[in-house]
Amino acid sequence: MIELYQERESLLHKMNARVKIFFTLVFILCVNLLPSRSWPAYILFFTLLASFFILSQLSIRTILLRSLISLPFILAAIPLLFTEPAPYLITLHVKSVTFTISQPGLIRFIAITIKSWLSLLAAILLTCTTRFEDLLAALRQLGLPKIFVSILSLMWRYLSLIVEEAKCLVRSRDSRSASGVNQRRPNGSLWWRAGVTGRMVGNLFLRSLDRSERVYAAMVSRGYSGEPLQVNVRQMSFQESLILIGMILFCMLIMVFSYLIH
Amino acid sequence: MLTGKLFMHIPDGFLNVPVSIVLWVVSVAVIAIALRKTGKQLGEKEIPLMGILAAAIFAGQMLNFSVTGGTSGHLLGAALATILLGPWAAVLVMTSVVSIQALLFQDGGLITLGANLFNMAVVGVFVSYAILFLLKKLFKNERVGLFVGSVLAAWCSIVLASLACALELAASGTSPANIAIPAMGSIHALIGLGEALITLGAVSFVFAARKDLLLADQKMGRTSKGILIGGSMITLILAVLSPLASSHPDGLEWVAEQKGFLSVARDSFYNIIPDYVFPGISNEAAATIVAGIIGAAVVFAVALGVARTRKKSA
Repeated sequence: MIELYQERESLLHKMNARVKIFFTLVFILCVNLLPSRSWPAYILFFTLLASFFILSQLSIRTILLRSLISLPFILAAIPLLFTEPAPYLITLHVKSVTFTISQPGLIRFIAITIKSWLSLLAAILLTCTTRFEDLLAALRQLGLPKIFVSILSLMWRYLSLIVEEAKCLVRSRDSRSASGVNQRRPNGSLWWRAGVTGRMVGNLFLRSLDRSERVYAAMVSRGYSGEPLQVNVRQMSFQESLILIGMILFCMLIMVFSYLIH
Repeated sequence: MLTGKLFMHIPDGFLNVPVSIVLWVVSVAVIAIALRKTGKQLGEKEIPLMGILAAAIFAGQMLNFSVTGGTSGHLLGAALATILLGPWAAVLVMTSVVSIQALLFQDGGLITLGANLFNMAVVGVFVSYAILFLLKKLFKNERVGLFVGSVLAAWCSIVLASLACALELAASGTSPANIAIPAMGSIHALIGLGEALITLGAVSFVFAARKDLLLADQKMGRTSKGILIGGSMITLILAVLSPLASSHPDGLEWVAEQKGFLSVARDSFYNIIPDYVFPGISNEAAATIVAGIIGAAVVFAVALGVARTRKKSA
């Protein structure tokens, strides 16, 4: 499991988490509201993000690799290339079937890809520069119910442990059945393989159940009463709220202008 | 590697804003009800339970088995969570799983998180519960009812969640309905088999080891009439709407209306400021070039600034 947060001493890391959450949401919303053909706006939004990435001192390479995660989903938008109306750009003849790629289809496809990528980059920036505890504390202040904060923070605490346990299960299965998951000729019948995996999931579930009882006992014995763990939350400073307002206005401005041009 | 998980978590950019917002509202409403219901049944003891089980579902999604050359079956977990925890707790657990995936691993977008929650935490759980309930009633033998119910619930939860996903894409104009719905449906009919088999294995394992857990669930399930009705409704609507929408790609009339409405709104927006031009820039190409130059300048300035501060501190 790859943890995304990267510890740095940058301005963005020190910034209040609420500012970052708000900005990310407004940014993604603005990008998604743009008309398809607003190329200048895409460039300016990309610039904004690129500047933030430079300021954040994060490793650009890992971020670019990470931003490919939603690439397979683009498959879902590919039919658009062929189904939108004329004017047609390219006509392909494959045996007796004719494919036509239309201009509006191509534009929409490219726009969806760009919008999705920009949104993804903004979300990555948020996750890479904000500790999860800070993120949760900020979400709590923004109105996320207490019970969710508790569940999510406990989930986060035990995630790597339980993922490790799952990996152990996979390792022991692979070493016993002498074939990895992605091997071309796996052992046993499909039924058998699925059944083994199912029992592993059941096993993981029961182990986690036992663990949760132990964890609860340990928590109670240390004075747990149902309240989520407190994280020191810094109030938003005057400067930070100014920065936030400025950034939101900037995004809005780009959006309004791109509507005006079209 | 083709995995089902990737096609369930819609990234940002693939749904338009109105669709995303509507689904956010629906999901938040359902989750709020789930919070109220579980708040009555569950005490502070269940918080670590749900947190750790959410982590277990997350980890369980990593367990997979090979189907044939390169493809693999694995778990979403909505049906399993419903069977083991009861519907309302399952909504909360699945919500936690999907939210963490979006917040920390960018598996699914933030604006589209509402839609992803709807597909996986609401449709997945509600449909599973309705089918499980029906099958338990249908079979007098408790064991047979449970096992058959688990298999069907798991398969249906995947297929219906994928249909919901396809309809959302179609309604956003991202993917034409007559292609998206059959494609998503048939891929997930296969992926659903993997889900069904894994769920069956997991349920039979728990049944053999801790029968009491599955029986306790029946006690908890008695009050969930709302989910039963909701689940049946979702199943019916999706089952009817999907073939309808895919056979008449333009038949999603409300979408057309919505689109028409949007374009009308945009037109009137232009009419308010008819001959407005970007100050000094008359057309789009020029605007793009200017934006490129401004952009490059800003990035250059920031890079220069950062380089300077670093030099000073070094």
